[in-house]
This record gives sequence, C-alpha cells and structure tokens, in this order.
Amino acid sequence: MSEVAHVSHDDHHDDHGHHHKETFITKYIFSQDHKMISKQYLITGLIMGFIGIAMSLLFRMQLAWPGESFGIFEAVLGKWAPDGVMDADIYLALVTIHGTLMVFFVLTQGLSGTFSNLLIPLQIGARDMASGFMNMISYWMFFISSVIMIISLFVEAGPAAAGWTIYPPLSALPMAQPGSGMGMTLWLVSMAIFIASSLLGSLNYIVTVINLRTKGMSMTRLPLTIWAFFVTAIIGVISFPVLLSAALLLIMDRSFGTSFFLSDIFIQGEVLHYQGGSPVLYEHLFWFLGHPEVYIVLLPALGITSEVMSTNARKPIFGYRAMVASILAIAFLSTIVWGHHMFVSGMNPFLGSVFTFTTLLIAIPSAVKAFNYITTLWKGNLQLNPAMLFSIGLVSTFITGGLTGIILGDSTLDINVHDTYFVVAHFHLVMGISALYGMFAGIYHWFPKMFHGRMMNKNLGYVHFWITAVCAYGVFFPMHFVGMAGVPRRYYENTAFPMFDELTNVQVLMTVFAIIAGLAQLIFVYNFISSIFYGKKGPVNPWGSNTLEWTTPREHIHGNWPGEIPHVYRWAYDYSKTYENGEYIIAGQDFVPQNVPLQENEEELNH
Amino acid sequence: MTALLTFTVLVLVAIAIWQMTKIFELSQTKTERSEIANDSDNKNNGYLLFAFLIFIYGITIFSFAKYSKMLLPEAASEHGGDYDQLMWVSFAIIFFVQTITQALLHYFGYKYRGETGRKALFFADNDRLEFIWTIIPVIVLAGLILWGLYTWTNIMDVNEDDDPLIVELYAQQFNWTARYGGDDNVLGEANVRLIDIANANILGIDESDPNAEDDVIVKELHLPVGRKVNFKMRSQDVLHSAYMPHFRAQMNCVPGMITQFSFTPTVTTEEMRLNPDVVDKVKRTNVIRAQKGDDPWEFDYILLCNKICGKSHYNMQMKIIVETEEEFNAWMAEQKTFKESVMVDEAETEAEEQVASTDEEADVESEESASEE
Ligand code: HEM
Ligand SMILES: [Cu+2]
Ligand SMILES: [Cu+2]
Repeated sequence: MSEVAHVSHDDHHDDHGHHHKETFITKYIFSQDHKMISKQYLITGLIMGFIGIAMSLLFRMQLAWPGESFGIFEAVLGKWAPDGVMDADIYLALVTIHGTLMVFFVLTQGLSGTFSNLLIPLQIGARDMASGFMNMISYWMFFISSVIMIISLFVEAGPAAAGWTIYPPLSALPMAQPGSGMGMTLWLVSMAIFIASSLLGSLNYIVTVINLRTKGMSMTRLPLTIWAFFVTAIIGVISFPVLLSAALLLIMDRSFGTSFFLSDIFIQGEVLHYQGGSPVLYEHLFWFLGHPEVYIVLLPALGITSEVMSTNARKPIFGYRAMVASILAIAFLSTIVWGHHMFVSGMNPFLGSVFTFTTLLIAIPSAVKAFNYITTLWKGNLQLNPAMLFSIGLVSTFITGGLTGIILGDSTLDINVHDTYFVVAHFHLVMGISALYGMFAGIYHWFPKMFHGRMMNKNLGYVHFWITAVCAYGVFFPMHFVGMAGVPRRYYENTAFPMFDELTNVQVLMTVFAIIAGLAQLIFVYNFISSIFYGKKGPVNPWGSNTLEWTTPREHIHGNWPGEIPHVYRWAYDYSKTYENGEYIIAGQDFVPQNVPLQENEEELNH
Repeated sequence: MTALLTFTVLVLVAIAIWQMTKIFELSQTKTERSEIANDSDNKNNGYLLFAFLIFIYGITIFSFAKYSKMLLPEAASEHGGDYDQLMWVSFAIIFFVQTITQALLHYFGYKYRGETGRKALFFADNDRLEFIWTIIPVIVLAGLILWGLYTWTNIMDVNEDDDPLIVELYAQQFNWTARYGGDDNVLGEANVRLIDIANANILGIDESDPNAEDDVIVKELHLPVGRKVNFKMRSQDVLHSAYMPHFRAQMNCVPGMITQFSFTPTVTTEEMRLNPDVVDKVKRTNVIRAQKGDDPWEFDYILLCNKICGKSHYNMQMKIIVETEEEFNAWMAEQKTFKESVMVDEAETEAEEQVASTDEEADVESEESASEE
C-alpha cells in the first residue's frame, strides 16, 4: 500500500485522543460510542429477523399444506395449534408480527441503525455522532420496543393480528378479533416507543452529516452511503410523526371512546356508540408514513450497494450526480404517492388519478438508478466478493420487483390485483429481498470494520448468497401468478374456493423454496458468529476502498482516529483513475483514497 | 408457556452451534487463506452469474408455461376487456425491460469478472446516456399513465345513465348479503342503528321509508347479463372488500360510509362454463378434488372478501350468478320483499309479544304508541 494513504500518527493529540476509563457497562451496554451502538443495533436486528423469518416458515407451511398437523406447530404455538393444526387466529397473528418485525425492526432500525451509526462518523471523518447520549437513548428505546413486541407474543388472547397495517375497526375492537385486545395495546405501545427511537436516531444522523464533516468533505464529495442515510433520516423525520399521531388517535379510540376512525358499528349483537369517524382517515395517515417507510427501508440498502459495487468493480459509480438527484427525487416523490395503497378504499377516484400520476413519476428516478448500477459494472474489473454478489443480486430483485410496481401504480390495473398475492410478490422482491441483500452486502463488506479486522468466511458467504438468490426467485416469482389467479392475501387457507385448488401445487413449491432459504440463513448465522471470534484478520483496507473508514486502525478507539482527523481532497470514487498516459494516479494501486491530495498533472474532476 | 420453552431451546441450540464452531476452528489446519476474492473466486462466481441469468429466464418460462392457464379466464364485464388489454400491454413492456436489463446486469457480471492485471475503465459520467435513459421511461410511462387514467375515469364514473340495476352489497364478519331496490329500483334508507336481529331486520333498514318495502334481501347475487349494475357497498363492523375477480371489480366496504362500483356483466354463468379455458380448469381441478375426496366442482362466479377482517376472512364468500334477463326476472319474482318477509313477521311477533306482555324493547314500544295515536 502506498505511503500517501497513511495518516501521520505523530501529530498532536487533540482532546478526544486520551483514553477514558471504561467499565464493562459503559463499553458494552450503555455505550455512547457509535461503533458499539451500531453493533447493538445489528445484533438486535438479527435476532428479530431470526424470529420474523421463523414465523414466515410456519405460515408458509400452513399455506402449502392447509389444515395438516405438524409437530413443530404444536411445539412452537402450543395452545394455538391444538393437535398440531394451526388455528386461524394465530395464522393472522403470525402474518402481522412477521410483517411488523421485518419492516420496522429488521429493515428500518436493524439496517439504518446499524449502518448509519457505523458509517456516518467514519465516512465523513467525525469522532462520533453529534450526540452520543441521544444515540444511546435511541438504541435503548429500540431495545425496549423490541422487548415489548416480543412480550406481546405471549399474552393470553394472542398478539396483534390485524395485519402489519393494523387498519381499524379490526384493530380497534377487541370483539372483532382476539388479537385486538392486549396484544394490540402492546403493539401500539411498542411502536410508539419505536417511533421515538427512530426520531432520535434520525435527528442525530441529520445533524451529524450537516455539522461534523471533516475539512474538505463537501456535500458533493460525500459517499453515496452517506447521502442515502442522510436523506433516509430526513424522510423518517417527516413521516414517522404522522404514524405516531395515527397510533395515538387509535389508542384514544380504543381506550377513551373517541371516534376518530370509527363510525356506525354493529358487532356481536350490539350497536357501538362511535359516530362520525372514518377508517379511511386512518389509511391516509398510515400510508403517509407507510409509503415513505418503504423507501426508508430501501434507500440505505441502495446506498450500501452503490459503495460496495463501485469498490468491487474498481470503477467510479456511474453518474454520481444523477444518483444523488434520484435519491432526492425519490425522497420528495415518496411523500406524495401514499394514495396508491388506497385506490379502492372508497376515496374519491379523482384522488386516485393524482396518485397514479405521482406514483408512475417515481418510477423514473428508480429506473435511472438501476441503469446507473448496470453501467457501473460495464468494463469493470469485478471483484466478486460476497458483498458484491449481494449488491448485484439487489439490483436484480429491485428491477424485477420494481417493474410490477408499474402495474400496481396504475389505478386501473390495481383494481383486480390489489390485496392479492401479486402485491405480496411485488413488495417482497422490491423491498424485502432487495433491502435484505443490501443489509447482507453491508455486513460482509464492513464486518472487518465492526469486528477489529476479522473477516467473514468467503466460501460460506458464496454458499449463502447462491442458495438465497435462487430461493428468493423461487418463492416470489411464481407468487405473481397466484396473485393474478385472484388469490387474496391474508387467507388462512384457500380450500374454501375450488377455483384455487390447482394453485396448491404452486404454494407447495414456494414453501419448499422458503424452507431451504430459511435454512441457508443458518449458514450465515454460523459464519457471522464464528467470524466474530475466529475470523481471519485481513489487511487494514481489505477491499482497497477509498472511503475514510479504512484509514482508522483495526482496533476500535474512542474518537476513531488516534491522531488528527484526515482531511479530504477528492470524492470517494477515484477507482482506476489514470493520468493521460494511462498510468494509475498512485503507481501500482488502482484506487486513490479520499485523503490523498490531488497529484501533480492529475486532472481535476468536478468533485 | 410452550412458546417460552421453545424459545429457550432455540437459545440453547444457538449456543450449541457456537460451541461447534470452536471445535471446527480447532480442527482446522492453519493454511494461509485470504477471505478476499481471488481470480478463481471471480471466475467461478462470474460463471455462476451467467448461470443465474439462465435460471431467471428459466423460472420465467417455467412459470408462464405451467401457471398461465391457472390465471383468471377472460373478463366477464364490459370494462374488463379494456382492463385485460391494458394489463397485456403493460406486461409486454415490463417483460421486455426485464429481459434486457437482467441480461445486461448478469452478462456484465460474467464478462467483466476480475482478473489480476486487468484495468477497469474510469467512466464516471455521460450526460447523453443518462438523458436517454431518463427520457425513454418518461415517454413510455406518460403513455401508460394517459391510457390508464382514461380507463380509470371511465370505470369509476358511477352514474345513473342507462337505467342501472341498483344492488347493495352488505358485509359483516363473515358473510355477505345483497339487497335489490325491488320494483322501484330504489334502496330504502338504512343504518346499523336500526338493526333489529330479533325481528330479522339484519341490514338495519328504515321501516318507515316507503322505498324499503319492496327491497329484496338475498344471500346469492343474481345479475342480468348486459345490464349495468351499480353496487353500493356497506359494512356493519370492520373493513371488508368486495372482490369479484372475474369481473375485474373490487371496492372496499367501509363502516360508516357507502362506497360504490359499477360494471356491466357480459357473459352468463352458463356461457362461462362453456368457455374452453374454464372447461379445462374445471377438469384439472376435479382431478385434484377427486384425489382429496372432495365433491366435484362446477364453475361459478364468486364474490370474495379481500380485506383482512378476522378469523374467517378466508371463507367470506357469496355466489354470483349471471343469467339472462328472463331468468333474472323469474328468479326475482320468487323472492320475498322486505315488507313480506320482515314487516309482516314483525307484526306477528309484536302481536304475540303483546299477548304475552313480556319485556318489550324501547323501539317497539315507541312504535306502538305511534300507531295508537
Ligand atoms: C417503480 C416503483 C414502484 C411503484 C410504481 C410501486 C407501486 C406500488 C403500489 C401501487 C402498491 C399498492 C398495491 C396494492 O396494495 O394494491 C405497492 C405496494 C407496495 N410497495 Fe411498491 N411500488 C414501487 C416500488 C416500491 C419500492 C421501491 C418499494 C420498497 C422499497 C415498494 C414497496 C411496497 C410495499 C411494501 C407495498 C405493499 C404494502 C402493503 O400493502 O402491505 N414499492 N407498490
Ligand atoms: Cu407505496
Ligand atoms: Cu371480510
């Protein structure tokens, strides 16, 4: 490695350089260090992911073999699976909690929390987050909300079961469904705390990116990861409060007899007093968050992909400015498309037209991103590390899933596929799988940064990727057909309709793929855990990367850099840059880290 | 409790796996192996990327070949034809884009797999290219938007032209009821506060509304072919969704609100049963049903609930029968009107109650006093 890339160590220590006395508690539990908090998010997120995925395997088995008795059902579900046959109420509860865990706990806080915390300070050249204390509080609120959500699985009448969107009146009335009693109360409490956690985290990310960039790190030199985390945090701050208000109003309807979302209800032989509210109002509030939420999930994954792909292609990301512009465009548009979830909700059809228009607009920046990723690969020197494969996989599923968005976003076409398995296939590919791939890419790529230079086993990584990639398509591609055959989502079984009988074979196929995919994740778990303790130590900058995090030492220290914070002289994507004569800028090295000053005769680009 | 136990077991399993890694680690010989991809990794995974492209095409072809026939048969409503056409064109477009982009992505992954000594091209920007792939989606999407919105506006324009049949679809956990306007084709006013289960007024119809007298309440939806139907949806408890996939029709049922949808059925149930696709589907299905020991199936249109509504959401359905005008009229003539079925019964029960002079409900009392005056 070249000497220019080194940070001089004998510079004066500034105030962060000296070492605090740390106890086990301040180091591992109530830590205010962003690197430790990042690991706390990751581990919590992975545990929640483990539970969420396990749940999905249970209900996939029920879908493939409806009404069949399984020992595992009885073992795991207990009284909810008498004689091993899954109960219809618990089916809905499993679907609901699966969705909640995966969308919020794994792909929002697990993904954003982990990588925003790890990378924002390291990549912008900051000693830590703007407020380490607030950061710690944010994590612990997330932890508490996770614990409450898990506790809700054990309440007498069962956990929340109204779908992850918890539309009232179903979610508001305990007599409509057992899960709408104590289970729903805990769900709402957990989510309220979750939202507070997310807001604290997001504010911190925003302030940090704006204020704590090192010298020379202009906004247009930020790595795309940081752009993605930054904009994600902004969307979160704009939209999560609206979900909080929806949750609060729902709590009031449930507990204090108000009628925000309820009107004219006759249930279990009696008329309820509610008058004048509207469930459609709830849908507006929910989706005002809900749609931005899907981008809150996806943008960090795209940011990670940009970084991983460029590094491993040994090429600059293609169209940096267009990438930033599309992140901004997506962020803006994502707040004005929520109505596409409500085309047939009973809202005014003219509104539906407006939302069709804005929704199809958002396909444009999404398309630009996809094309730019493909061009980044063109004429590269692709280092197919596991992280790189997951990034390529992300682009693949993002395209496949995004394209069906064009069908769903068209209000006319949505009429017949709304709430069917077609929608389930769409969002699992475009959001679920893509964001999971982004998360995996991030984990494989930055594992050495998190765990003191240790690296994950690449061969296990390859096996993990390829099984997952095949199974993801195996589960979700045929699912489109199930949806277009008219099968609604959230059905406990499809046997009540002979017209769906011949689709059971497809369900079996999907379930088999899902089980294999689930088992393949155990390879990852094994690799992850064993690499923490026994992973091989690689070079300080194993992937030959330009960004600042690789200029820090392997061992974590408070304040990140032992000496002065490096200054930045260029953007993050000078991979394979050459002089006019075709020689690399730094002889024998195909990358120029951001902290390397502009060389003599080097052509300056706009960054 | 069992769940808690299982949870503990899972934790123990995790610990066991962890312990196994230790053994694994100890048994490993110390070879110098880097965890960074080398040329042979790049080569293998490059080939695998290419193979994966073939897999994507394969599963696409497999799915289309095997599952296309399971999709819904041709639309049985007037706007359904437009719907299917728009769907077809949209599919052709996304299919085209999918084929090309996946090919480029995976082919590049294979073609440019890393090799020691290879130089990547420093290619950071190209305004022309970016302009092209921004403008092409803009044009294609603009076309789709315009076409889609034109169709949408037509479908969602629920009006009273062409003498539509007025039908109420009433949802409750977990069944459907349909109400026809009767001879005057006007539905009587209704509200859940007027529901009187004891007197079989299950829809909460206002008994003082003269329009209500000839309303017909049924549990099976009959529709005359070729006549426009305006549906008015209501729900008494939670959200439901009236989904009639064969007619490309869906609308949520919202408590406290009347929602609407309108379509004209164009194919009778009898005709649809003779549709070759449907004949095949019924044949295939009945083979499966025979294996399971279920009764054979005869094709029918169906109304499904498509918004999660509780435990039996998965079995909330109503049969739809599309028939000729004459058949429909004959069927309608057999049905009892609201007046015949409820108001009459009610008079009888009231009389009985008076004789027995047992505890009476408040509204019955007030009605009595009204009639005495
Ligand atoms: C090309 C861009 C996209 C378009 C036009 C689009 C359109 C739509 C539409 C119209 C729906 C509602 C369908 C229905 O419920 O009937 C939908 C559902 C959904 N989309 Fe997308 N989408 C796009 C991209 C995305 C992306 C990038 C994500 C995630 C990152 C995403 C995540 C979701 C989710 C989670 C749902 C389902 C929510 C639910 O009902 O539970 N979509 N999409
Ligand atoms: Cu959306
Ligand atoms: Cu229902």
